[in-house]
Amino acid sequence: MVLTEKQQMLRKLFRQFAETEFTDELLDRLEETGEFDRAIHDKMARCGFLGVKIPVEYGGQGGDSLAYAMMVEEFARVSPVLSIYANTSNSLGAGPLLYCGTEEQKRNYVIPVAKGEKILVFALTEPGAGSDAGGTLTSAVQAGDEFILNGRKTFISGAPFADYAVVYAKTDPSQKGSKGISMFLVDMKLPGVSCGKPEHKMGIVGYPTSDIILEDVHVHKSDLLGPLHKGFSTAMKTLDGGRLGMAAQAVGIAQGCLDASVKYAKERKQFGKPIAKFQAISFMLADMATEIEAARQLVYSTAVRKDAGDPESAKLCAMSKLYAAEMCNRAAYKAVQIHGGYGYIKEYKVERFYRDARITSIYEGTSQVQQMVISGSLLK
Amino acid sequence: MKAIVCVKQVPDTSGVVAVKEDGTMDRAAMATITNHDDLAAVEAALRIKDATGCKVVVVSMGPPPAEGMLRELLAMGCDEAVLVSAREFGGSDTYATSQILAAAIKKIGVEEDDVIFCGRQAIDGDTAQVGPQIAEKLHVPQVSYVAEITVEGKSVTVKRLLEDGYMTIKVATPCLLTCVKELNPARYMSVGGIMECYQKPLEVYNYETLKDDPLIDVDTIGLKGSPTNVYKSFSPPVKGAGMMLEGADKAAVDKLVGLLDEKHII
Repeated sequence: MVLTEKQQMLRKLFRQFAETEFTDELLDRLEETGEFDRAIHDKMARCGFLGVKIPVEYGGQGGDSLAYAMMVEEFARVSPVLSIYANTSNSLGAGPLLYCGTEEQKRNYVIPVAKGEKILVFALTEPGAGSDAGGTLTSAVQAGDEFILNGRKTFISGAPFADYAVVYAKTDPSQKGSKGISMFLVDMKLPGVSCGKPEHKMGIVGYPTSDIILEDVHVHKSDLLGPLHKGFSTAMKTLDGGRLGMAAQAVGIAQGCLDASVKYAKERKQFGKPIAKFQAISFMLADMATEIEAARQLVYSTAVRKDAGDPESAKLCAMSKLYAAEMCNRAAYKAVQIHGGYGYIKEYKVERFYRDARITSIYEGTSQVQQMVISGSLLK
Repeated sequence: MKAIVCVKQVPDTSGVVAVKEDGTMDRAAMATITNHDDLAAVEAALRIKDATGCKVVVVSMGPPPAEGMLRELLAMGCDEAVLVSAREFGGSDTYATSQILAAAIKKIGVEEDDVIFCGRQAIDGDTAQVGPQIAEKLHVPQVSYVAEITVEGKSVTVKRLLEDGYMTIKVATPCLLTCVKELNPARYMSVGGIMECYQKPLEVYNYETLKDDPLIDVDTIGLKGSPTNVYKSFSPPVKGAGMMLEGADKAAVDKLVGLLDEKHII
């Protein structure tokens, strides 16, 4: 796809920011402490990155899905975990609100999220309801002007430091599966809301993930998001956009792997010459570069078609995520292989990329769920 | 007040410098960037804008692709841009360049409380002449090597860097300041700024636009109007293999110092 001057300028900005601000010192600190770094989050907010594709009237920058995908890609190329910092507010955070929030809800919640003043997370997964999100057990029972929520959400990215969560709960137990589910805006400071301990993850360390536990949490009916009993379709729509972002993240990680591998293959000598001179190595580089470019073009064109309202966009987002995530894992494998023994040592960045890559084929819908979406669309 | 900032698009000399067969620099083959000192000048102007709300106008003389650089400066927060571009202006030395830029700045209009900013020098020509020459041609006071700026009404107080210290100078407006890159790190473009930058005014001044100015004359602009002409360009000789000095005694140190002195390194 040929980028316009404006799109090239955006890419230049994202690249410049990532290469300048995501210092080795910062990345090592995130890895060692596993904690959320407020300073870099706030710096991203000042540059407008948290609201890249949020409309200007709701505090965002008014960019499109392509601008958002390029941002996540360029950030992930340097730091997959920091790409999540800028991703959440743009996709799973503001997404459900922009799809079906009332004007008042958008003003109250989207504006501070777009500006990075508040953090809003997406709480769908439960211990017993992962790929089968329709198996949600968290309940919300109406009592007068309030809903009383009970249940447990798991693997919620950003939960330990979030201000609000969009929580999916069953409001009509008589309806089966994905029906009868509603969406609520839950203030994390409400009585009865607590978080589990942050999980020790294989990768993307530095963006804490934990359970959210809801025990008789009273949520006012004005915080019901969208129509009663019909929250699930909004979750799925939000996930389309999120999937595109995660596909872009996978492209960025793979590109980071390729950059490191090309550099190393030219420097490292064995048998009297740089290892890049061996076809077994150079062909791996060629395969990586080709697959990355294929994934990138799929992501970019999907972004443009999604914004244009293409009816195929749910399928295209699933294809982007499936292909980019699997490609990213192959690229990370090859990057470690090209680095040899050194690639297994933490000082070499491909080791971190390799671990970070692994989540891309799991979260926001596993590769198998993407295959279900794609085949479902083909066979309907 | 308003701030007028002169900027130049230069080849990125931080990476590989491409050289043509005849030994001159292959500008077309190299990436272009905004000159570092000029970016510091833009940032200085934008900080004054942040504090006072003044208008910031960027002006650059160069070929049409320099428009891309000007759009980036608009995306950083500058308000208006002027590209000075014409065949007639090509091949200018510092005298002719400052002649043309001074005419362009007069066309933009210099008011009583305006400040004109330039970078100390450009990394391609390395002359540090254009800023001071523009000031001369506009008949405004100048301060070079500026490392700190405070604007108060119709005067500006600046810190001027010297080799072994600095002097503090108060200068009346309108004036021209040439800035060093240490002045302040330039801000990033913003996403919103990029979204808006194509709606902001960008004017192109060509020969027709400026020809009525007394500074613009066939004898004062372009290659023909340049008192100096580059006669020959060549790449400096490539350093040969390193030399090892034997011994760890005073004689070896003396020899090392002698060699460094000979090459004017110390």
